[in-house]
Amino acid sequence: MYARALTWWIILRIALEERLVYRGDFMLGTLMRFLPIITQIFLWWAVFETVGGGSVGKANIAGYSYNDMVAYYLLTMISRAFSSMPGLASGVALQIRNGEIKKFLIQPVDLIGFLLLNRIAHKLVYYTIAILPFAFVFYLCRDFFSAGWPDAATLAAYIASLVMGFLIGYFLEMSIGLIGFWFLEVSSLLFIYMLFSFFLSGHMFPLDILPPPWNTLVDVLPLKYLAYFPSAIFLGKVSGWDLANGLAIQATWLIFFIGFSRVMYARGVKRYSGFGG
Amino acid sequence: MAIIEIEQLAKSYRVYQKKEGLRAALTGLFHREYREVKAVRGIDLTVNEGEFVAFLGPNGAGKTTTLKLLSGVINPSSGTARVMGHVPWRRENAYRRRFALVMGQKNQLWWDLPALESFRLHQQIYRIAPDQFEQTKNELTDLLQVSDLLKQPVRELSLGERMKMELTAALLHSPEVLFLDEPTIGLDVIAQHNIQQFLKKYQEKRNVTILLTSHYMKDVAALCKRVVVINHGQIQYDGSLAGIVDQFSGFKIISLQFAESESFDDLERYGQVLEVQPPKARLRIARAEVPSVLAAILDGHSIVDVAVEDPPLEEVIADVFSQGDDKEKDKTTRQESPVAKR
Repeated sequence: MYARALTWWIILRIALEERLVYRGDFMLGTLMRFLPIITQIFLWWAVFETVGGGSVGKANIAGYSYNDMVAYYLLTMISRAFSSMPGLASGVALQIRNGEIKKFLIQPVDLIGFLLLNRIAHKLVYYTIAILPFAFVFYLCRDFFSAGWPDAATLAAYIASLVMGFLIGYFLEMSIGLIGFWFLEVSSLLFIYMLFSFFLSGHMFPLDILPPPWNTLVDVLPLKYLAYFPSAIFLGKVSGWDLANGLAIQATWLIFFIGFSRVMYARGVKRYSGFGG
Repeated sequence: MAIIEIEQLAKSYRVYQKKEGLRAALTGLFHREYREVKAVRGIDLTVNEGEFVAFLGPNGAGKTTTLKLLSGVINPSSGTARVMGHVPWRRENAYRRRFALVMGQKNQLWWDLPALESFRLHQQIYRIAPDQFEQTKNELTDLLQVSDLLKQPVRELSLGERMKMELTAALLHSPEVLFLDEPTIGLDVIAQHNIQQFLKKYQEKRNVTILLTSHYMKDVAALCKRVVVINHGQIQYDGSLAGIVDQFSGFKIISLQFAESESFDDLERYGQVLEVQPPKARLRIARAEVPSVLAAILDGHSIVDVAVEDPPLEEVIADVFSQGDDKEKDKTTRQESPVAKR
């Protein structure tokens, strides 16, 4: 048990070091993420101005005021910072294609666990660098959060939801990457996933403004737990029984994707070793 | 004691037959034709503990496929293999901690980090005790003369240095069985020589069992007492390197140095003339005729120096490979005629 924990720590440490090699790229990448915020704030301003007939303050879209909308958007930025996995699926597919995956068949190390630790390291480095600009942007935008800070219990649920969002994102994209065992190229598949994810996770707009039957659709899909659900918790839109229920469903999806990626990996390796590496 | 036991091991791949042209590409979307490639067809081999065995064979002969089977990367179509009592393709951790595979063309180290970090990762993955890790690491890097490069990012190392680091990484957990797939590919003569020397010393000291594939006869001649020639997925020869020459080459090369004023025009009558550079000449003579031809030459000419040698190993091996090709052709023609089949 101790040996295993030590292994994890060393993998994590080495992955952290590796991430830090690319300081410049990282800083730039992190800063560039904040540019879309400005355009989004102006976009919603224009939308609300049109809806409210010139008065942004009076306008209301499905229960969202302009301030609510911007607050929601800022929160999905955080959700996505946890649940998005740039390069994961394509990286796994590439490793399958160029044969690097053999390493995980030959050495006593598990691909899914190894890459998870890598990803955690990746995220940790990202948060460490991004926390300052994030804090700055949220400070500038503090007036959009009209309801203020949520209570401790909600905050705890919010964090739990973010962490599960990260893990669902990881295991889901891992599963997509593992499709590479069957189709050598997964980039177009990944593109379709990204496209759906952009709209149906709530990244683009809050999912509760959707009319039927779309609202039912996003409810049964796992995508909403990647962006919408954590943000909705923070904004106090889900509480009590709904909150507990939502977290339980999120946990169920997480377990599902852990199992699913495991099955995919086992079958993929079987196929790979059957067809000849 | 047998450490590797292989019986009737076979592996076929199904390869998608892509036809030329756009139209064929479109039909290929719906209906694909596959061809079966028999990479390994029924290999029997026993390797004892501490043996250093070379796999020789042309590209696509099945050498790498055999190594992949033994390291558990692929499953066989039929047959059995046991390495230290384990079935490789079950991929048990207990087995994976006891062997290593080094591929000359594949990189296992972390590209942007110093090699030392990759070594530490291996220490954890393979559960190597800290003091043993230090000791093995120092021993290996001293032998390979790369101790002072440990803290340099791997991407800044030369190909030879990187290969040495790869070897170190693979040997940190003191594997009992080592598979080397062209470990000296692309290296210059000096780096090749260094790696050979290292492997030789290491193998003698640790008595590990090593299977090596290489296209460099120098590697093989320097390292392996036993040579297995694989061609078309089958074992064509299994024995000593010198034995290959005895078995497959019916010729010897006679090098002659003539006294001044000797004429060279009648050498054809002794055998095939390979080279004439007065006052020297080289002849290719059938092995059985060497004594009589030599006597005749010495009798008819005034000779300053003479040497009888085996033909270069590369040539003999090339002959062996092409013999395999001929047999293969015979077999396919026989299969095609139904009468001959019975």
